Amino acid sequence: MKSVIWSRYKRELAAAVAYLALLVAVGAVAPSFYSAANLRDLLVNNAPVLIVATGMTMVIIVREIDISVGSQFAVCSVVAGLLAKAGAPIPLLIPALIAVGAAMGALNGWLIGRLRIPSIIATLAMYVAWRDALRWATQGAWVQGLPDDFQWFGLGQSRGQWLIVAAAIALLVFFAWALRNLRAGRALYAVGSQREAARLLGLNPSALVFGVFTLMGALVGLAALLNAVRFATVPSNAGTGLELKAIASVVVGGTAISGGRGTLIGTLIGTALLGTTGTALTFAGINPFWEKAMQGAIILVALISEVALGRLTHEPR
Amino acid sequence: MKPLLQVRAIDKSYAGVQALRDAHLELFAGEVHALVGENGAGKSTLIKIITGAVEPDGGEIWLNGQRVAEISPRRAKELGIAAIYQQPALFPELSVAENIALGLESGGLLARVNWRARRQQAAALLARVGARILPDREAGALTMAEQQLVEIARAIGARSRILIMDEPTAALSEEETRHLFRVIGELRDAGVAVIYISHRLEELSAIADRVTVLRDGRTIGTYRMEELDRQQLIRLMVGRELSAVFPWRARKLGEPVLELCDFGSSTAGIENINLTVHAGEIVGLAGLVGAGRTELARAIFGLVPADRGELRLRGVPVRIGDPTQAIACGIAYLPEDRQRHGVIPEMAISANITLASLDALASPWGMDFRRERAIAAHYVQRLGIKTPSIYAPVQTLSGGNQQKVALGRWLATEPQVIILDEPTQGVDVGTKAEIHRLMIELAAQGAAILMISSEMPELLGMSDRIAVMREGTIVAQLAREEATQERVLALALGQ
Ligand SMILES: Nc1ncnc2c1ncn2[C@@H]1O[C@H](COP(=O)(O)OP(=O)(O)OP(=O)(O)O)[C@@H](O)[C@H]1O
Ligand SMILES: [Mg+2]
Repeated sequence: MKSVIWSRYKRELAAAVAYLALLVAVGAVAPSFYSAANLRDLLVNNAPVLIVATGMTMVIIVREIDISVGSQFAVCSVVAGLLAKAGAPIPLLIPALIAVGAAMGALNGWLIGRLRIPSIIATLAMYVAWRDALRWATQGAWVQGLPDDFQWFGLGQSRGQWLIVAAAIALLVFFAWALRNLRAGRALYAVGSQREAARLLGLNPSALVFGVFTLMGALVGLAALLNAVRFATVPSNAGTGLELKAIASVVVGGTAISGGRGTLIGTLIGTALLGTTGTALTFAGINPFWEKAMQGAIILVALISEVALGRLTHEPR
Repeated sequence: MKPLLQVRAIDKSYAGVQALRDAHLELFAGEVHALVGENGAGKSTLIKIITGAVEPDGGEIWLNGQRVAEISPRRAKELGIAAIYQQPALFPELSVAENIALGLESGGLLARVNWRARRQQAAALLARVGARILPDREAGALTMAEQQLVEIARAIGARSRILIMDEPTAALSEEETRHLFRVIGELRDAGVAVIYISHRLEELSAIADRVTVLRDGRTIGTYRMEELDRQQLIRLMVGRELSAVFPWRARKLGEPVLELCDFGSSTAGIENINLTVHAGEIVGLAGLVGAGRTELARAIFGLVPADRGELRLRGVPVRIGDPTQAIACGIAYLPEDRQRHGVIPEMAISANITLASLDALASPWGMDFRRERAIAAHYVQRLGIKTPSIYAPVQTLSGGNQQKVALGRWLATEPQVIILDEPTQGVDVGTKAEIHRLMIELAAQGAAILMISSEMPELLGMSDRIAVMREGTIVAQLAREEATQERVLALALGQ
């Protein structure tokens, strides 16, 4: 039994071990890393990424990819700011942004699920299209002069912060449960593993792919809103590099880029690992300039260990 | 009695190929209906049209006296039609239990999954088909035969009115096949209609009540099984006479070419293998599924590390660490699982056939495409690969024709040692005879041939000597004269 668990979750365990090593190392060098304020900042900063990575996990499990999440994120952020400025009631922003994101995701889903355009191309096109459309519409201007109750939903900083973190965790837990226990979740694994076999069993791969991209968009909309309310202004370049951060977190967390395999617990660990390195380096007194290099190294190690673990425990396919 | 299923006037063409023209089929409840025909005759296409996996260009499907207009895999499932396709349709990343459950569970996408029930159901179905496979294993790590058993378990679990099996026994040995037939018999008695496709004609007389013959996409006719003998059936399928005897003839054996002394591999679970294959000799490897025959072949070819004993080629000890070295030593290996290891589906037939002998195509100006065309055309003709062009992608070929491409590739390397893992699996009777003639020809030219086969007549008919494996080692070797079906089976079972 033990060996079954080890072999099934070996990728997640490897990421967890790496994360623990990082925490121990930084604790030894700089104990002040463990101050309550720093930990809270880490959680709040990474919560929006975690929400996007949650959606990205499902996209990758179904053997697709979404490069456009960063651009969607920027559009949603600006829309949130403009709506608030136009006097929309703040609680209504939540369903509104989910809908806006879902609409953008549905467009991806239609291109990929129905028209069968490869997702890397379709979402690359949307990545460029949304960014440029936004640049053209805002002329690079930030959204300023937001109503007072926009920031932290008018709940005040500390309650607002906990709301964001709680939302991210709740979503992750719900989707982790759904991926394992709902037929829809298992269908994603099946389609990602062997699309044609899934079709022959009566599943509808096109519809599932459409659904996953729509869901991805909805999560991006929500993440953008939760991120925007942290600040007094909305930058028009929000979410640059978010797609890479999310994909990297998913892959480091052990989800197979070739589809059909992966868990959200892994994604949680992956997001935590990549989201902590920058701060950890700063606390350890290392030039944060190294952050990207360090993250690159982590991704490489994750991919190499995936290959190595596969060799050890798998017959060649 | 009214027929359960009627398929009328089905037409289907793929770019440049008329796969079916005016095909029809009539199926009654409680019968096992065999569907036979040469490779590329259109059998798989016909059943895919029945299950809605492929859309026909014309024709009608009637179920219980009612026309079924739009049919899709999902609709077919609702109508009580279950199928095992020729191409494996498992999810390699998922567990066996889940693979079985995904085909059986109904209910909306928001329904809860009951993991415990899934495992119990899988265990029960696997037991019913006589498979000893743990439901928690990952499907991608299973052998061909195990995968086939999982698919059979899944199809049987669907409790369908119509059960379609496209070459379910291609990778199974005697023992598993017998078990399967018992289960099919039970289903028939319970009123299920079974469509059964196989190239093993001996199987058909054991299991089928009626048979429909397809030739070049047309239905030639439907007959009661006992009306036809083997020769008549072949004539209907092929349109000409075929000799029923194996082309075996006594040959003079040469030097030992391949020698294994206490050979073994701990990762593959084989040990103490002592076997010699001489130039010009065909040695058959018999054994049940899981006896280690494929593992032995893989260890010789360097696909799994051999860490015990010695391998000698023409008397010289060699260490083979990977397939590149094996090919360089003149060893060829036709793997059992052609879908995953045998062909590259997207590539042209010509490129697939020459893939293992690229060195021979080198010229000062790069690849010698004229020679490539000549080699490919030779094997396409010799093996009767049915295709409009040697440049067609292999994935557009019928299952049996894909097998022939894989075989052609290894023959093209002109090896001194050839390991053939189920060389005639999935090919029709005509081609089977042609492959047998080719094997004899190669042996006569001095090649040493090691043949793994689960078809007893082929083993007995083609081998100069039969080595029987059980539990990872060779338990006995029988000369051609002493080998009988009963003896081989008893040794394989350990009785
Ligand atoms: N996807 C495809 N694209 C083009 N041609 C195809 C395709 N699928 C099948 N064909 C062609 O249709 C014909 C019938 O193929 P089918 O697979 O039905 O044969 P089969 O009777 O099942 O043969 P086998 O015994 O080899 O499995 C073949 O000539 C094949 O090349
Ligand atoms: Mg076929």
